[in-house]
Amino acid sequence: MRRHVVVAGYGMAAARLVEELRLRDPDAERVAVTVLGAEEVPAYNRVLLSGVLAGGLTAGDIGLHRPGWPAAHGVEVRTGSRVLAVDRDRRCVALASGEEVGYDRLVLATGSTPRLPARLGGPGVVAFRTLADCAEILGAATGRVVVLGGGLLGLEAARGLAGRGGDVTVAHPGTHLMERQLDAGAGRVLARTLTGLGVRVRLGALATRYDRPAREVHLADGGVLPADLVVVAAGVRPEVGLARGAGLAVGRGVLVDDRLRSVTDPRVAAVGDCAEHRGVVYGLVQPAWEQATVLADLLTGADGAARYRGSRTVTRLKARDVDLAAMGDPHAADDPAAGVEALELADPSGGRYARLVLRDGRVAGAIALGFPAAAARLTQLYDTDRPAPTDRLGLLVGGAFRAEPHEAESPARLPDRAVVCRCNTVTKGRLVAAWTAGARGLAGLAEATRATTGCGGCTEAVCGLAEWLDRADPAPVAIEEGAA
Amino acid sequence: MKLPLPTIDRMTATAPGPAPVSGPATRVSTETHCPYCALQCGMTVTASPGTRRLPEVAPRDFATNAGRLCQKGWTSAAVLAAPDRLLTPLVRPRPGAALAPADWDTALDTVAGRLREIAAEHGPDAVAVFGGGGLTNEKAYALGKFARVALGTSQIDYNGRFCMSSAAAAGIRAFGVDRGLPFPVGDLAEADAVLLVGANVAETMPPFLQHLQRASAGGGLMVVDPRHTATAEKATLHLAPTPGTDLALALGLLHVAVVDGYVDHGYVERRTRGLTDAWRLAARWWPERVERVTGVPVALQRATVRLLATAQRAYVLTGRGADQHSKGTDTVSAFINLALALGLPGRGGSGYGCLTGQGNGQGGREHGQKADQLPGYRRLDDPAARAHVAGVWGVEPDSLPGPGRAGYELLDALGTPDGPKALLVFASNPVVSAPRAAHVQERLAALDLLVVADVVPSETAALADVVLPVTQWAEEEGTLTDLDGRVIRRRRAVSPPPGPRTDLDVLHGLATRLGQPPARFPADARTVFEELRRASAGGPADYSGITWERLDAGEALHWPCPDVPAGAAPHRGTPRLFLTRFATDDGRARFVAVDHRPPAEEPDSRHPLYVTTGRVLAHYQSGAQTRRVPELLGAEPECFVEVHPDTAARAGLREGGRARVVGWRGTVVATVRLVPTMRPDTVFLPFHFPGAGRANLLTNPALDPVSRMPEFKVAVVRLEPMGPR
Repeated sequence: MRRHVVVAGYGMAAARLVEELRLRDPDAERVAVTVLGAEEVPAYNRVLLSGVLAGGLTAGDIGLHRPGWPAAHGVEVRTGSRVLAVDRDRRCVALASGEEVGYDRLVLATGSTPRLPARLGGPGVVAFRTLADCAEILGAATGRVVVLGGGLLGLEAARGLAGRGGDVTVAHPGTHLMERQLDAGAGRVLARTLTGLGVRVRLGALATRYDRPAREVHLADGGVLPADLVVVAAGVRPEVGLARGAGLAVGRGVLVDDRLRSVTDPRVAAVGDCAEHRGVVYGLVQPAWEQATVLADLLTGADGAARYRGSRTVTRLKARDVDLAAMGDPHAADDPAAGVEALELADPSGGRYARLVLRDGRVAGAIALGFPAAAARLTQLYDTDRPAPTDRLGLLVGGAFRAEPHEAESPARLPDRAVVCRCNTVTKGRLVAAWTAGARGLAGLAEATRATTGCGGCTEAVCGLAEWLDRADPAPVAIEEGAA
Repeated sequence: MKLPLPTIDRMTATAPGPAPVSGPATRVSTETHCPYCALQCGMTVTASPGTRRLPEVAPRDFATNAGRLCQKGWTSAAVLAAPDRLLTPLVRPRPGAALAPADWDTALDTVAGRLREIAAEHGPDAVAVFGGGGLTNEKAYALGKFARVALGTSQIDYNGRFCMSSAAAAGIRAFGVDRGLPFPVGDLAEADAVLLVGANVAETMPPFLQHLQRASAGGGLMVVDPRHTATAEKATLHLAPTPGTDLALALGLLHVAVVDGYVDHGYVERRTRGLTDAWRLAARWWPERVERVTGVPVALQRATVRLLATAQRAYVLTGRGADQHSKGTDTVSAFINLALALGLPGRGGSGYGCLTGQGNGQGGREHGQKADQLPGYRRLDDPAARAHVAGVWGVEPDSLPGPGRAGYELLDALGTPDGPKALLVFASNPVVSAPRAAHVQERLAALDLLVVADVVPSETAALADVVLPVTQWAEEEGTLTDLDGRVIRRRRAVSPPPGPRTDLDVLHGLATRLGQPPARFPADARTVFEELRRASAGGPADYSGITWERLDAGEALHWPCPDVPAGAAPHRGTPRLFLTRFATDDGRARFVAVDHRPPAEEPDSRHPLYVTTGRVLAHYQSGAQTRRVPELLGAEPECFVEVHPDTAARAGLREGGRARVVGWRGTVVATVRLVPTMRPDTVFLPFHFPGAGRANLLTNPALDPVSRMPEFKVAVVRLEPMGPR
């Protein structure tokens, strides 16, 4: 029997869920799907909003589904249809229009909403969460912009606007930027890097109100920041109103088990920003996608044993020319007895900071700022929980897996077995033997050994060797290895 | 640079040389090409008829090699004198008995008789044919015709399926036609930026590197490879993705191209279709996500796209590293998408190309030894193509079988109730080169009849019921098509020893015994080429305007080169494709919307490492030829495994020790090489070695849904120490 799955919300988690459902059930034989989205526009890629702000992308570039995709795949999508209430007894949801939609399974994918302190409401103040917010920011961003909040989202917005030439100040209430992810040292270097990119950073700055006529943000410490636009990036909160109204257990998010089912009602599931799994509300897209995949397995019966067991998360700032990755708990002190190693390197003038915490030889936490290669490597090690390389310093700064840069060695110091011409497997020993046997110059050595006749890349080395041999007195004795 | 003829005594080895040719004892020089890879380096072979001296080989100034050769080329004459050269047919008198020498009539009568019996009992599809990318155009053509006309079987495919079938499929999807390099290889010498994806040319085709000299010296060479290969060493940027994640990387590069404003919108508008849908998937691969999946730093992704996009002349080139995955076609498509977004293909001085691997990998995939194909790169399921080719062959179109099993599926079906009971193998050594090699060996053993035509007793020949000794490169005439679609002449420089026959002669002998008119399967290569010209006429790979006279006169003819009416000036060939239009219905190239997916197999607690396989400089393919050249075997005598020192230490391995590399499908024994530039999560095995050193004992036959390419480039393993040998 076909199950009717109703999805409340049409954001990234919902869109992915629908795709995964149709991958497993392409002809809609097992599940009928209805998606009810509150926003007027079809699902788009929220992660790319900072790209829209920065100017590389337009609103049209970030849609998740081709127009017509839902219809072509037997998915009913209704935008501008906010779900107001859930009646779990009658298994239906009520829309703002008064209409009711029945379900066999309900999936809450309602996402999260920005925290907008009431004292800051009003014209000239926008959040940074939706395409509409983006449009508003871009429409107004010709003047001075104050971004409230120096967390991930705030900094991405600030960097994007500054990159467009905007006059941008970040007002952050904490003592250093991104304090959830960074330590003070990293925060300091990050602030300096951002300043260099044209973003002013004001720490310990809690906004109390926005004086629209005067175009001023007032701070708790009495300070004042000129602002034609205020962008609020003070974090988000899971959108749990529907769940709460329906009597589902809610912590910070909708409490779900490893099958992503509400712990209260197995016919209701939750994925993405609105879900709380094992005490964690992720608020990131990767876990939401992983959840959507598991839920699709379960809803279609493709894999009834599928379970979601949590995600490892890495914070990666998406801001041009700022390479910042943070993961795990990077704050622990070195403690050999407990198997904890901690490494730290600060280069504030160079815009670089790295901190690495290893537990039993594995990455337990790390911050890499200004070390692009280290960020990539640490992320993979953290994700896979593989043992860290013994070259800890190389890992910290991103130098591992890479050969030491080798200086052009003097031919005299090269061992005889060193291969000079790879294309023809010609060792230094053979070149010396050929020289001893009378071969002179590049052409002579090439003829005798075929060195340089493949890709030609060793021509310089062979020339150098020939010169060295010509100069050497007495002539070096060739080692007979390979000089048949 | 043109070097004087070297006088290398080693080349006059003590091994038995080719039989003397009658005539005056003077040296005879012949211009021909190297027997190995698709670069087809021009060489002069100088024989000393009447002596037992090996011919001398010297490079000549040809477009692909410009007077250079690698060690394989320099020593290629030694293959002519392989000490265990097959000189007489061998027949196994009964199952389990040893192969015994037989005369040609006995051998061919035996094969033809058994083939008739098997086909009579089980139907024509009970007989299968497996060819090779080393066959000349004439042989590849004749083999396809032999299968479809003389045997009437649909069951024919070849080892090129394991080579660049993914790039071929992706090229056709994007451009409407697949020609490895749609421009002369020499064009690359003017490039400012080249992105090499999964191609270790410094080892696989060293003379090719000179074409990259300008890009390399100017800081424009970029290499995508999980390993820090000899090629990567020469690159300005080395992107080292986790094995099996190249597709994610390509999507990320397209993403960067869009977001960073490098898309050539005018070109996209005028010359392509489909960017919107391709972007919709690439949009989900923002660089930070790509970094997490691939391990390639965001800054490196951006730098790569910037370098490629801002260069005056830029190329994207893909190799086996992109092809040989269960998602190889999509991977190549994703890199083509990147090239299209940047406006490279079909623009003079820029482009996309696939680096073909085998000597006649290009021609070998055009003339009908592929399961779904007819000569001229025509489709076997296209009624017009069937009618045309059937007309040339003098048979009814309806008599031609339809498409058959591809590559691995064909090998996997051997000896099964519904599968072929007999197999004819030409120019291939699947016991070493096919994925899941031990299983393939079992399937071969389950056949009622295995016939192998080869130059030397390869590992596959050793299993055969009948072995047919054939001639090799410098002993025969024909044409090949090199990596840029140029048709070249292979010429006879020495006389073959008495005994072996050409593959064409073998096919002639078998076809005649199977009741075909003798003239339908000529043994003379030139006669076959004349027929191939007609069969290919009007197809995508049109050779009809190419003649041996023109080639011998030194003309550089790239297909398509159609014939012209009598009296008109001959067509000059097409060195550069796509300059005005692509070979699609509407002349526009297609973006293909593709998404990343993980490899078929991922590390787990029992198999915590990735293994990737590839090539080394001293050997070619299954090593059947190069392992018989003492100098090459001396350079690389046995299988080795490259391991990061940390990974080796954890597994209790030391440099030079022996290791068991254990995977789901088998175990490989290899000597340990500690390589500090390896990713700690990845080990590397070359696949040229036999027996317990066969890397393909481990490889995964998970197939690409479009190209049917197996996943040679990713499997998972653990390492175990082994006692000294």
